[in-house]
Amino acid sequence: MSEDLKPDQLEYYKQESLLKVDYRPPATDWMQTPTAMRPGAFIYSAKPKNIEYIDFPNARNWAPIDEDWKLPTNWKEIVIQGIRERLDKYRSFKVFMDICVRCGACADKCHFYIGGGDPKNMPVLRAELLRSIYRNDFTTAGKLLGRMVGARPLTIDVIKEWFFYFYQCTECRRCSVFCPYGIDTAEITMMARELLHLLGIGVNWIMEPVASCYRTGNHLGIQPHGLKDTLEFFAEDIEEVTGVKVEVPMNKKGAEVLFVTPSGDFLADPGTYTAMGYMALFHEIGLDYTFSTYASEGGNFGLFTSADMMKRLNSKIYAEAKRLGVKWIMGGECGHMWRVLHQYMDTMNGPADFLEVPVSPMTGTRFEHARSTKMIHIAEFTADLIKHGKLKLDPSRNDCRRVTFHDSCNPSRAMGMLEEPRYVLKNVCRNFFEMPPNTIREQTFCCGGGAGLGTDENMEMRLRGGLPRGNAVRHVQEKHGVNQLAACCAIDRATLTTVCDFWAPGVKVTGITELVANALVMKGEGDRKLNFRKEPMRGEEDGHV
Amino acid sequence: MGILVSFLAVVALFLSVLVGIDSLGLRWLFGVAVPYAAAALFLGGFLVRVLGWARSPVPFAIPTTCGQQKSLPWIKSASIENPSTTLGVIARMALEVFAFRSLFRNTKTELRDGRLSYASNKWLWAAGLAFHYSFLVILLRHLRFFMEPIPGFVLALTTVDGFLQLGLPVVLTTSLIFVGAVTFLLVRRVASPQLRYISLPTDYFPLFLLLAIGASGLWLRHVTKIDVPAAKAMVMGLLQLSPKPAESLGTLFYAHLFFVSTLLVYFPFSKLMHMAGVFLSPTRNLAANTREVRHVNPWNHPVALHTYDEYEEEFRERMRDAGLPLEKES
Repeated sequence: MSEDLKPDQLEYYKQESLLKVDYRPPATDWMQTPTAMRPGAFIYSAKPKNIEYIDFPNARNWAPIDEDWKLPTNWKEIVIQGIRERLDKYRSFKVFMDICVRCGACADKCHFYIGGGDPKNMPVLRAELLRSIYRNDFTTAGKLLGRMVGARPLTIDVIKEWFFYFYQCTECRRCSVFCPYGIDTAEITMMARELLHLLGIGVNWIMEPVASCYRTGNHLGIQPHGLKDTLEFFAEDIEEVTGVKVEVPMNKKGAEVLFVTPSGDFLADPGTYTAMGYMALFHEIGLDYTFSTYASEGGNFGLFTSADMMKRLNSKIYAEAKRLGVKWIMGGECGHMWRVLHQYMDTMNGPADFLEVPVSPMTGTRFEHARSTKMIHIAEFTADLIKHGKLKLDPSRNDCRRVTFHDSCNPSRAMGMLEEPRYVLKNVCRNFFEMPPNTIREQTFCCGGGAGLGTDENMEMRLRGGLPRGNAVRHVQEKHGVNQLAACCAIDRATLTTVCDFWAPGVKVTGITELVANALVMKGEGDRKLNFRKEPMRGEEDGHV
Repeated sequence: MGILVSFLAVVALFLSVLVGIDSLGLRWLFGVAVPYAAAALFLGGFLVRVLGWARSPVPFAIPTTCGQQKSLPWIKSASIENPSTTLGVIARMALEVFAFRSLFRNTKTELRDGRLSYASNKWLWAAGLAFHYSFLVILLRHLRFFMEPIPGFVLALTTVDGFLQLGLPVVLTTSLIFVGAVTFLLVRRVASPQLRYISLPTDYFPLFLLLAIGASGLWLRHVTKIDVPAAKAMVMGLLQLSPKPAESLGTLFYAHLFFVSTLLVYFPFSKLMHMAGVFLSPTRNLAANTREVRHVNPWNHPVALHTYDEYEEEFRERMRDAGLPLEKES
């Protein structure tokens, strides 16, 4: 290993050493085991300017490795009061604090525990980190009997432990599927992160996108003219590849549909190819749609911050739909975005009574399941188009791709969109293979970088957390020669690229609509030799011309 | 450590009855005052806990979806695992409560030679189900001490339960299953290093207490061969508010009663409240039709927003230069 490599670099890590997972718990009781902040396993603290921009409290310079975190003097009071408020506001929190029996069914369901072996990454113990404080200050038994009933006093070390472990949870909800009471660690992690924010403790990888999104409308901070340039650049690429000139509708009043997608699709490969796919598809079917620069983010890092912040960022979508006077909204391929759109948006920022129930102008299908929210997923929309024979597809154009599908956590466990993407994929490519049953659908494994953890700063945890997914990908790679992992999530497209490079080298990541657009036979198209990546369409090896 | 404390706590309970009944003759205390207090604390505590939970609202509908959503008409949806109707939710809850559906999914993950495997692992599900159902049957059988005349189903249940026709009085299979299942749950907790690591004294205590209840019950039935009419007379006396602790019933009967009383008192203040809590779990008891029907949050307070006008104000020049439409020209 080179001396110069750092823990935030992929090359720093070796498969063999990460695979030596020690599942034996430490000799000391977990309450007595101090948290070791090791580089590669935590994310840097949020910069004060980002915290101040959104008016969060206690902005200051500090670092996780510092001894002194410069907490406000009344920090203990703030946390206890914060717990009290949330117990009163959330039945979920109250019930989940009380009813766990520590049966352990969740323990080996967490990707971070499977890949790392740290007992505090067992969902049950992660929750106990917070429960122990709850018991100490809010239950009679805890006040009287202390440690005998699993209570411990709140100390600065507890805060540091919370920071470390609640930023080692991707809120993927896999444990919740297996819990006999449906205890949802995502809910507990969300509460813990809210409590930490009260003390000005957050990570920059989340808080910078949050602040950017609040200001510019998207996580990446792309300003309106920049977004226009980007999309026009995509249109040029589409024309180069297909010979078809597509329109770039932006902030267009009176369009039928507002289209919102994660901004990751605007900036980073391979998401950009999926974005081109959206534009090519909408052009081909003649959809009257518009992008918005104000609501240029489907994702919502507010979800990883606090319920209020989620609401503040999400509000832009309905507000913009109203301003532009569209009939309904369509959302692109993003994971946590759909948690927000499916389970929170209508409650937080609805009712969207100024919109109409989504109806596909091409097929006439009325999307009754989105009757109230008025927002549908592009996979639902495309599946309906294909079912009604509205797309001319040549799946052989994807023949050089041997494809598997990664169910993203939120569309599977907070929505249940399992069949739509599969139906689309099977119609646009001829080599489709499923990963093992315990690693897909509602039992799917996280990419290891969800909930705002997809930065290189915690590369070790991402690779460890990515082990179960990487292992399943390698399985189909060896068994079926899979070389393409499709995912309907922007974070997946970014983080699974790293996970595959490490655990299943040779497998590339794609979005669904990228494959749709490859297979899509467009009116007036030229000789389609290249795909959107400008690679030979049918692969060099098969003599297909 | 936790296990020893819990074990000693149950031993202490037993010793206190020994001293209380044998040496001090405190039959009124253990036979009347404690059971009444326990029943009151159980009912009151249970109610306080459930009302406490119910007092907090459910701001968001957050069901964990474990199957295909209801979307397009030609895609078959999982009407129970991802319910979009109240009926589906009831079915989902029923499966959860009566068949431990989620626990049935349990797998054992193993990493060997760089390969992960997920083997089906139903032991916890089976033992959990065996324990809960045998406990339920035992409770129902005990109705013979609480009702006169004894309802037919209680007699029938007891007859079926004794199908092995072993010994006299016949051995009832559920008693054996109960003790076996609780023992398994205890051994499992101790044998797995990971499980031992997460276990609290409050995880061991109820298991020892249940074992003590089971053992004392079995002993009363098969070894001391308890004077059933006397026990029934005493229980009926308690129920009819004319308590009369029986002199003829031995210390072990009072121990059995004391263990049960302890369980009742312990129940509302402990994890045993999962019995009620499971019904209130928002990831299971809500329909996943959140785009179809709006869920209302009672405290949906206003938040600070960055409006379009503020946005355009900041970027107007650049938007105009880029040819993007504007609300206000200057």
